[in-house]
Amino acid sequence: MELSHVEKHFGSLHVLKDINLRVNMGEVLVVVGPSGSGKSTMCRTINRLESIDSGVIRIDGEPLPQEGRDLANLRAEVGMVFQSFNLFANKTILENMTLAPIKVRHMDKKDAEDLAMDLLARVGVESQASKMPSQLSGGQQQRVAIARALAMKPKIMLFDEPTSALDPEMVNEVLDVMIQLAQEGMTMICVTHEMGFARRAANRIVFMADGRILEEDTPDGFFDHAKTKRAQDFLSKILTH
Amino acid sequence: MGSVLQLFSEYNIPGAFWVNIQLTLWSALFSLILGVILVVMRISPISSMRVFGRTYVEFFQNMPLTIIMVFMVLGVFAQLKLSFSTVFSVNFFWLAVVGLSLYTAAFVCESLRSGINTVPLGQAEAARALGLSFIQSASEIILPQAFRGSVAPLGNTFIALLKNSTVAAAASVATESSSLMSEMIEYHANSIVAIFLIFALGYVILVLPIGALTTFLSNKLAVRR
Ligand SMILES: Nc1ncnc2c1ncn2[C@@H]1O[C@H](COP(=O)(O)OP(=O)(O)OP(=O)(O)O)[C@@H](O)[C@H]1O
Ligand SMILES: [Mg+2]
Repeated sequence: MELSHVEKHFGSLHVLKDINLRVNMGEVLVVVGPSGSGKSTMCRTINRLESIDSGVIRIDGEPLPQEGRDLANLRAEVGMVFQSFNLFANKTILENMTLAPIKVRHMDKKDAEDLAMDLLARVGVESQASKMPSQLSGGQQQRVAIARALAMKPKIMLFDEPTSALDPEMVNEVLDVMIQLAQEGMTMICVTHEMGFARRAANRIVFMADGRILEEDTPDGFFDHAKTKRAQDFLSKILTH
Repeated sequence: MGSVLQLFSEYNIPGAFWVNIQLTLWSALFSLILGVILVVMRISPISSMRVFGRTYVEFFQNMPLTIIMVFMVLGVFAQLKLSFSTVFSVNFFWLAVVGLSLYTAAFVCESLRSGINTVPLGQAEAARALGLSFIQSASEIILPQAFRGSVAPLGNTFIALLKNSTVAAAASVATESSSLMSEMIEYHANSIVAIFLIFALGYVILVLPIGALTTFLSNKLAVRR
């Protein structure tokens, strides 16, 4: 997956400035940076929840399609996990899991349900399959959201601050699922402030500020020897509180 | 009291109300279908659809219903020669249903839209991120949740529809309740208060259950988040 010279404005606000980024298969990339630096926006451009003004985004060498069926198919290849879980409130956990595989991938119902139960077991919530999302804890909902994205057999998974809406005692259950996924070789881009996770699971850290990528380094390199002043300031703030 | 009983034996008052109920039920059905189509247009990613939806709603919300009803008879029927039946009363009934449905659909659309506004943006985004098409996410995720949030405004819209069904008199539906009321007052001017109370009470009796049903449904269907 590759972004080259990507630019994005919201009105007069220049949110992404000449973003160049390559993510190889099986790589885990953690994106950090201060609030408003454009991390979410960059993630969202990758499955085109946001359009870009100029530049190219390629997945498997193919530029992102513009509209219609091709775009829907692309989105199905890119799994996305949101800060606010976004499980479908009018569907049971099992229906949340099977809706897209049935409608988009045209799986038959039985196969989709078998796959769903497998994945729910992997994230440890198979006993909740018949409940509604509101009956689950935040940590359980987020694990379902990860499983729901995995049910589409994506090539790459995007996580946008998946643990920041969770109570502290639920953070680890979600991070454990993500670490397991990373170990299984999933290609992942994670926006997160969980530095423990970044050190353990990331191959590379990308530091963004003001819409630019300022640094790209291994976890040890970044955390111990940040090169730019912005990154050093940022690290001293998050590591001291 | 005796005069009231005599009025009931002389005129088919329940029958007149039944005409309004039928006008209301048919118009509710058609305006709901049209309203759903309109609201899907209003939230569609295609801008010409959105413009059409908005123009329709603006037009019918700002147009007096009486004018629409008169147009149905004088314009659609008399000028354009569109008719539903050779039997005059049947024909006028359906012309009134069409007029009421076209008009009410604009309000149904706006009721649904206020329901859609209660659905968090993240629901549609998650659906899009999974590769569902606009129509799939509208029909599976957005509208089902929007209906639950729209029960109260829809209830009010249908109560208004029931009251508006009396305007069918303008489309020459002579058998409906307000027409019967005028006719009765003409021949029994001395019982005018009794006649008025009969019809007023009739509408209260019809409207109350719609209100109760609305309250019941909006509690029962509330989406837990
Ligand atoms: N839909 C939008 N319309 C207008 N401006 C937006 C929109 N979405 C984001 N922005 C602005 O773009 C900038 C980058 O936002 P973005 O959400 O990508 O930052 P972030 O790095 O994810 O921040 P955070 O850590 O707070 O989530 C911010 O200044 C934000 O206010
Ligand atoms: Mg963000």
